[in-house]
Order: sequence, then structure tokens, then C-alpha cells
Amino acid sequence: MTAGLLTPRVLRSLLPALSLAVLLVAIFYLQPRAMSYFGINLLLNLAVPIALATLAQMFILTVNDLDLSIGSFVSFVACIAATWLSEMPLLGILALLGCILVYALLGALIYLRDLPSIVVTLGMSFVWLGLSVLLLPTPGGTAPGWLQALMKLKTPLVPFCVIAAIVIGLVVHLGLMRSAHGAVLRGAGGNPKAVARAGWSLLRIKVTMFALAGCFGVLAGLALVGLTTSADANIALRYTLLSIAGVILGGGEFVGGRVSPIGAVIGAMTLTLAGSFLSFLRLSPDWQIGAQGAILILVLALRMLINRAEARR
Amino acid sequence: MKKLVIAAIALGGTVAAGAAVADTSAKKIALSNNYAGNSWRQAMLESWQKVTSKAVSDGVVAAADAFTTAENQATEQAAQIQNLILQGYDAIVLNAASPTALNGAVKEACDAGITVVSFDGVVKEPCAWRIAVDFKQMGKDEVTYVAQKMPNGGNLLEIRGLAGVFVDDEISAGIHEGVAENAQFKIVGSVHGDWAQDVAQKAVAGILPSLPEIAAVVTQGGDGYGAAQAFKAAGRPTPLIIMGNRQDELAWWQEQKDANGYETMSVSIAPGVSTLAFWVAQAILDGKEVPKDLVVPFLRIDQDTLAESLKTTPVGGVANVEYSQADAQKVIEGAQ
Repeated sequence: MTAGLLTPRVLRSLLPALSLAVLLVAIFYLQPRAMSYFGINLLLNLAVPIALATLAQMFILTVNDLDLSIGSFVSFVACIAATWLSEMPLLGILALLGCILVYALLGALIYLRDLPSIVVTLGMSFVWLGLSVLLLPTPGGTAPGWLQALMKLKTPLVPFCVIAAIVIGLVVHLGLMRSAHGAVLRGAGGNPKAVARAGWSLLRIKVTMFALAGCFGVLAGLALVGLTTSADANIALRYTLLSIAGVILGGGEFVGGRVSPIGAVIGAMTLTLAGSFLSFLRLSPDWQIGAQGAILILVLALRMLINRAEARR
Repeated sequence: MKKLVIAAIALGGTVAAGAAVADTSAKKIALSNNYAGNSWRQAMLESWQKVTSKAVSDGVVAAADAFTTAENQATEQAAQIQNLILQGYDAIVLNAASPTALNGAVKEACDAGITVVSFDGVVKEPCAWRIAVDFKQMGKDEVTYVAQKMPNGGNLLEIRGLAGVFVDDEISAGIHEGVAENAQFKIVGSVHGDWAQDVAQKAVAGILPSLPEIAAVVTQGGDGYGAAQAFKAAGRPTPLIIMGNRQDELAWWQEQKDANGYETMSVSIAPGVSTLAFWVAQAILDGKEVPKDLVVPFLRIDQDTLAESLKTTPVGGVANVEYSQADAQKVIEGAQ
């Protein structure tokens, strides 16, 4: 590896952070009031559940699969948290553990039967939605007090949402990018045959990654319901596409193995801020979806340019 | 859209109450709206724009901006509300995507000293004001009207809305309550018209052959014209059909009235309820004592107000009314 190769590479890994910084500066310029403890908290607290859902999606993308059910899964978790978890904590915890188990089994099913994950998870999205409606036919319920207290925690100096995002990103980064086991997990997405030949069980890897995704999906649901204090069967349906966009925006790729946990967290925050930015710009809602797409395309185009520069060297 | 005669709705009154106008002249009010994809919501936003721009130029409030989320999702609207807090609005008028999923954001707004007034799609968070629609009363009013017209009673056909939706259950419950109080009436058939003329027409045509003579059809709005067409196609006499303020329904009614003196009434919720919410928010900012739960009056059209309503309703639209400061005052007083 020559020193010359390093520049585009560093640029590429810095791109998500740079886009976040640019967006933040633009928001502070438009709305100076946002440049405060209170303001940053309001801007970013809803990014915490999105970041967790994005990481869940990232685990699935790591093994070259795609999860189209994460939005309805997070909604279902929110419904459990707003009903069983506060009324019958034991049942609630068992249900949440059961959810993670279902995710692990899905991983096994997809691997053993060699099914396309898109089809399986698309089907599951309807199952989760149906279960949510059964559990909570009309919007309501109350999040457990400790959950609300946790999400409303007033940490000194830096808002809780920022600390949470950093901690989540770092923990996953250390586990997936810096540990030997993490390298194997990522390798199973990039080159499954090589990993299998080296003696690793691909089944176990798939199950691990899906279980991790389920785990982070549960955390996302809990964080969300802690913020909203009450649930709705449709509360997080948007997270499916947001989480995929977040992973890609954060430097991940669809090919498996090429992911970045810190990038994914930053991607989720960038997407959240993009919405606020457009709203501060007073852009008509008819244009907002398009403008959000334009921001995505802009960042991805920049990445393509950097990739091309990398290839040319 | 021209302003409808206020007499059309239950609350009359044209003279503005002697409200302290100057007190809110520096206040900023925002509309947080979750959806703009149908004619009702478009009319709602139009009414807001019309009434509030005048209020701003008159110096009643400093600003009244409308914000609609790009997608009809609770999480997105929660983020929108948090943005509005940051933008320093003094009051947020809210048509919510979910009665509960915005509670956290609404609470945060209240904690920041912002007045939150929800209408149509109301929120459960106790710190917010609610301008709710009494759909049950609307259903009951229909039966009461029919009972006045036909003291001897008869058979009723009920056209319901979209199955499983709260509004459908409420209106239907009101209709059944009304029938229970007027024992001379009997509901002999019930179909789902999904608040759409074509669906209602098909559903009514399907059930008609099995029904005895129908005295009146009680509806939920958006289904009266379809029902009339179904009766006509089956060659049966046209019963009394309650209308729901849609332009095609009013036009058909006018046509029948001119031809054979047909009589009925039409009732629904005016999209201009957003302007009522605006004035309520303004009254709260003005320091007035306002109960947390208010009930919005229906927009009812009767035989004598039909021509005027039809004139002001755009083709394909819904009859509308914009509320004034005095109207809001009446609603507030009515709830105290």
C-alpha cells in the first residue's frame, strides 16, 4: 500500500462525517437557536432510534442480505414496550427475547433453505404489523417510567442523544471492525466461500448477525417508545427505508462485508438533520421528499467521484 | 372560496367580539399538518392560508405558517414539531398523524412554554388542547332529522364508511343510538360505502333487491350521490337520502329540488376547522381561559341554504366554511 492510495480512502471514510458537519453548520446558520444544549437535543433525539435501526440493518447488510421488515419490527417492539413491558414486565421481557430468537431463526431459515432475504423479510414485515395491530388495535399504551426517564436524561454539558450515538457507534465499531471475530463476521458477507473453507460455520455466522439485528431492532423500539411515551402500530414504518439509506449514506455498500458502524450512525443522524434542514429552509412539502433524495444523491455522487479517483491511482 | 353564510352552521353571529387584539400581535403560530393528499386536506390548508394571512396583515398575530410533513408518518411529524419548537413559535396548531405517537414531542413543546392546539386528528397528551369532532352526534342528528320529516317512521338503509376506522364506528353508533330513541324506525340493511360514491353505488345496488320499501338512507358523507344513482338504476322511488356536503351530492340535490321539490339535509365537517383551531390558539395566547376539550360544530346545509352552498363549493370539492374570531369565542364559551 503506497502513501498515495491513502488520500481518497481517507476522504471516503471522512465523507459521512463531512456531510453531517456541513448540514449542522447550515442548520446553525439558518436557526441560531439550535446551537444550544436544548436545540441539539431537539434536533437529534429522534436520531437515536433511527441510528439503532440503521445498525440493525447494517448487520443484515454485512452478510449480504437485506431486511425489509425492520420498520414494522421496531413498531412491534414499541407496541410491546408500551403495553406488556409496563404492565407485566416479565412477560414483556420474555416477548422481547422471543423477538430476538425469531430473528435468529430467520437467519437460520434464510441460510439453510437458501432463500432470498428480501422475500422472507418482506413477508415478516406483514407478520410484525399484524401482531402490532393485534396487540394494540388502537394507538395508545404507556412506556415504562424507567424508559422515559432514560431517554429524557439530562446529562451535563453534552445532550444524552449525542452521548448515546457516540457510545453505540463506538461499541459496534470495536466489536465488528476491531475484533478478530468481527473480521470473520464481515468476511462471511464479502467472501462466504473463503470463510467456510477456513472452517467457520456460515450458519452460526448468519444466526449471529440476524440475532444482533434483532437485538438492535429491540433497542431501537425501546428508544423510540421512550421518546414518544406511547405507541402506534404504524409508528416506525418509515425506518425500513431510512435504515437502508443510513447505512449506504454512512459508507456501507450492498455487496456485503463493506460496512461502517460509525458511518451508519452518522448516516442516520444526517438523514434526521436533512429533514430539519429542509423544514428550516421553509421548503414546500411537495418538494421535500425530492430534496431529501437530492441530498442523498449528492453525497453518493461525491462518493462515486472519490471511488473513481481511488481506482485511477 | 367565498365565505359561507354562518347561519348554515349552528353558531351564528357576525360581529367580532371585543377581543384584545394587540396582545398577540408579536406571537407566531405554526400549523403542523401530517397529510395533504385529498380534497378535504387541500381545502383545509387553503382556508388556513386565507384566514391567517388576513390575520397577519391585520396585525392580530406576527406569523402563521403552515408546515406539512412530506410523508404521513408519526415519527416525521414528531421531528417536525421539535423543529417548530426550535423555530420559536408561540403556538402550534396540530392535525396529528397519531393520537399517541406524538405525545413525547407535544410534551416537549408544552414544557418549552408553547401552546399546542390539536384538531381533527387530536392528541391524547393532557397538556394539549383538543378540538374534537362529535361524530356520534352527527349520526344521531341524521336520525333526528329523518324522524322530524317522517313522524310515522319506516325502514332505514344505513351506508357506512371504511370498515375498522374510528370515524365509521362513531357515526354508526350515533345512528343506532338515534334509532333506539325513535322506535318507529328500523334499520333493514347496512352496507359499507367507504365514503366513495362508486363504492356506495355498487354496495347499495347489491343489497336493494333484498330490501323492502326504504323510507330514508342514512349516510356518512361521500356516499349519498352513489346511493341515489343505485335507487334510480333499480327503478325504485328515491327515498330521503342524507347528503355529506360533497359538491356532486349538493348538485344532485339541487337538481331534484328544482324538478320535484325534493327535501333532505346535508351534514359533514368543514375543512375550515383549521381556522377555528387558529383562533382558539390565538385566544389562548391572548390569555383567555379555554377548556382543554372543545367540540367543533358540524357544517350543516338545509333546504334554504343549499343554493348558496352549492355556489361556493368547487366542482369535486367539499362545502367549506371559514371560522372567525367571534365563532371561536362562541365555541369556547359553549364549552365552559
